[in-house]
Order: sequence, then C-alpha cells, then structure tokens
Amino acid sequence: MAAFGTGAGRPLGRGGSPGFRFTVYAVLAVVVMYLDQRGHYLYQVRYVLQAAVYPVQLAVNSPAAAWAWLKETSQARAALEAENARLRERQRDLELQSMRYEALARENGELRGLKEALPPVADRWLAAEIVGIQQDSLRQKMLLNRGAANGVFPAQAVLDDKGLIGQTTHVGPWSADVILITDPEHAVPVRVERTGLRTIAVGAGDASSLAMPYLPGNADIKTGDLLVTSGLGGVFPEGYPVARVTEVHRDAVQPLAQVRAKPLAHIDTDTEVMLVWFRAGHPAAPVAESGGADLKSGNAAMQPQPAPPKPAKAPAPEPAKADAPKATDAPKAEDAQ
Amino acid sequence: MMAYGRARLLFASFVALILTVLPLPSWLDVLRPQFLVLAVLWWSVNSPGTGGIALGFFAGLLLDVFQGTVLGEHALALSIVTYIAVREHQRIRTKPAIQQAMIVFAALIVYEIVLFVIEGWTGHLVASPLRWVHTVTGALIWPPAAAILAYAAERRA
Repeated sequence: MAAFGTGAGRPLGRGGSPGFRFTVYAVLAVVVMYLDQRGHYLYQVRYVLQAAVYPVQLAVNSPAAAWAWLKETSQARAALEAENARLRERQRDLELQSMRYEALARENGELRGLKEALPPVADRWLAAEIVGIQQDSLRQKMLLNRGAANGVFPAQAVLDDKGLIGQTTHVGPWSADVILITDPEHAVPVRVERTGLRTIAVGAGDASSLAMPYLPGNADIKTGDLLVTSGLGGVFPEGYPVARVTEVHRDAVQPLAQVRAKPLAHIDTDTEVMLVWFRAGHPAAPVAESGGADLKSGNAAMQPQPAPPKPAKAPAPEPAKADAPKATDAPKAEDAQ
Repeated sequence: MMAYGRARLLFASFVALILTVLPLPSWLDVLRPQFLVLAVLWWSVNSPGTGGIALGFFAGLLLDVFQGTVLGEHALALSIVTYIAVREHQRIRTKPAIQQAMIVFAALIVYEIVLFVIEGWTGHLVASPLRWVHTVTGALIWPPAAAILAYAAERRA
C-alpha cells in the first residue's frame, strides 16, 4: 500500500476534507437526479453518455452474439432448406390473407361514414437488432442497435411480428434502451378484444406473463381472451395484439380477480424487433404528447378515439377550453416514462 | 507514483464494470455481486487519495447510464458509501478479512437502502426481496476479491 503514499498525515485528495467533498458530490447527485427526473433537462447529457457507453455494451454482449452467429452458420443445409420451405408457405398464406385487405379497408371506411379508407396507422417501420437483453425479476430491458441517428425517439413503440414488445426509454445516437411490457415497472393500457373491457396490463417480471391487477371479481374475462392495446396512454396505437389470457382466478373473498396473460410477442427468442412510426392524426394513432406524467389534469387529446372525426359541415359545439380537461379527466398514463 | 496508481485504479474499475454489466442468465444475475461497488470500496479503504468520493460518484453515474436508472441515483448511493469508507478507512483497513466482509455487508445494505429510497421517491420502485441478495454474495466474495485487487494494485509497483 506504500506505493500509493497515503500516510495518515497526508491531506486526502485535492479538494479539502472528505466531509466537504462528500457534501459537494451528494448535492451534485441530488441536483442531477432532480433535473433528470423532473424536467428532463439532461436529455443531451444522457445522449452523450449513452453514446460513450455503447461500445462497452456492444463488447460485453459480443460473446452471446458470437454464439448466436456460430449456431446459425453451423446449421445443417437440411435445416435451412426446411426453414426456407416453411417461410415460403407462410408467405403464401399471408398473401392470401391480405388479398382482400384493401377491399375490406374501403368497406370499413364506408361503414364508418368516411369518404375514403384510412391508411394503415403504421407509417413506417425499421428493423432493429437486439444487442443486449436483461431479463430478471427486477428489470426486463433490451438494448437495440438503432438510435437517434435512425430517427428513433423516446417512448416509441417496439413490436415483433406477433405483438407488442415494449417502448424505448433512453435513446442514444446509435442505440436505444427498451423497457419490455413484462418489466414490473411497465404498464400497458389494454382492451379485451371480445368484450371491449378496458384495463391495464402490468409486467410480472418474467418473459411469459403479464398481470391485470385492476379487474373486479365479476369482470367479463376468461381464459383465451385476446388483449389488444386500447390506444390510451399515448404511446401505443389502438388495436395491436398484446397478450392472451392464460389464467383467471376468482376468489369470493377477494374483490379483484387475479388474471394472468401470456405476451404474444416472442420476447425471449426474438433476435430482431421492429421500431414503428405511426401516422399522426390517424384515429387509432397514439397522441404525440405522451407526457401523462407531467400533466396536472387530463389531456383531452389523450382520450380514446374510437369514432371517426365528424364530417366538416356539422362542426361540433366547441367545448370551453377551460373545462375540457376536467370533463375528460384522463387516467394517468402509467406507461409514460 | 500517484498517476501509476490511478491507471491501475481505472483498469480495475473498468474490469469490475464489465463484470457488473455482463449479461448473465437470470438466476446468476440475482446472485451477482456488485463488483464495481466492491472495487470502489476497496480503493476507498486502501487508497482514499486515488479513490474516494469522486471515484464513487463517477462510477455511480456510469452505473446509472448502464442500468437506465435516474441519473444520479447510483452516484448518490456510491458517494455515501465511499464517504463512509474514506472516513473510516484506517479502522477498516486494519481489520481481518472476515470482519472487513461484515463491514462491507453493512455498506452494501446502506447502498441498497439508498437506492431503494430514491427509487421510491422517483416512482420506479421494484420491491422484490431478490434485490437484497447481492449484499450477501458481495460480502461473501469480499475476501477473495480484496486479495485479487491487492495483487492487481501492488504487482510490480
């Protein structure tokens, strides 16, 4: 230890006594926390730090990536051919299914009283590779290899071909952190496809289940029900599949039903996911401002919009601006980060 | 001499950081000690001039970025723990390894309590009992970890 020359008589460090330095750093930490939490003032700082740590993140995840690559390249030709045949079959099925899509979309628009069919709510999408994943009972997160350089923004929806995966939280220039729907801290507003019942699906901390803690004991829900996003909360658009109910427990003494659902997305086996941009102004689109957390009262624009906009010639009576939010007190967007 | 020590300190901290963020299967992940906290503690006790509160603060900030928590959360927790370690470094340093492990256990509990409180305040609380497991494994791994760190710091010095 003598190498470091830290005798008892030597003053410690450069900036005064440990107590003074501790006070300085503690105050700095609290200020940083306040700025990051309250005002999101540290977006730029975070962005730079995110970029700085990305090489390390890539490096620590490279053994897993190398293993996946090795497995893929060493696959037998027969296995690849079988996969190819299966994919071709699947593509044919999908094409058959989508053949009538345009006609149905127009028909649907006519039924809703619109002149023209609405374009699909997803405007464009970008495939992103998962470069890191953390799945334990405390955190369910992943790191994607796309960032602000690709136009990714915080609180962007992430899907795979089967359903919802999560949303981005911190976005760096070339990488983005994603919080999964199964994270215990994440809640996604959902709707039961069969009945239209709205509730919130909270992550349960493992890749195969979501909990619905706010359903009363007599709620109309049963095993096998499909849950889709309800469009509330301002992050996910309406109508994307989320999970299927696997378990419903009703206990006469408990006021609430205990409901579990299994996410449809293959969260633990995916290697690629989709980042999606939605058409602003579309009835099913999430509202641009997702700031549920810093709204004092509800935001009228964050309400679900199941009905198409009214025809222009019969303008709806303009509600007074002041009491509009009061009348439509939005449930707090629990998934807003 | 100081700069020499600092290079080794940075290297050891970097290795500890890698070990802390390396992806592991979830059952191992729960057991994983917070290697970076242990390294920072060792340095604060054995060389408070090179380590100390500044090291704790910046190591914590790095953990915040890696783990996606509120910036400053781990920084504050590590600042507090390193402050205690620096203040008491002469008393801790002379203790045998087993007693040091007990002290480290207490320090890790303090660290986790601070994180717990901050997460509660900021509304990101994950109240799983599993989050406390690393305090035990951290204390258990302290004697060998301290020996390795001492070897790394002193070799050819």
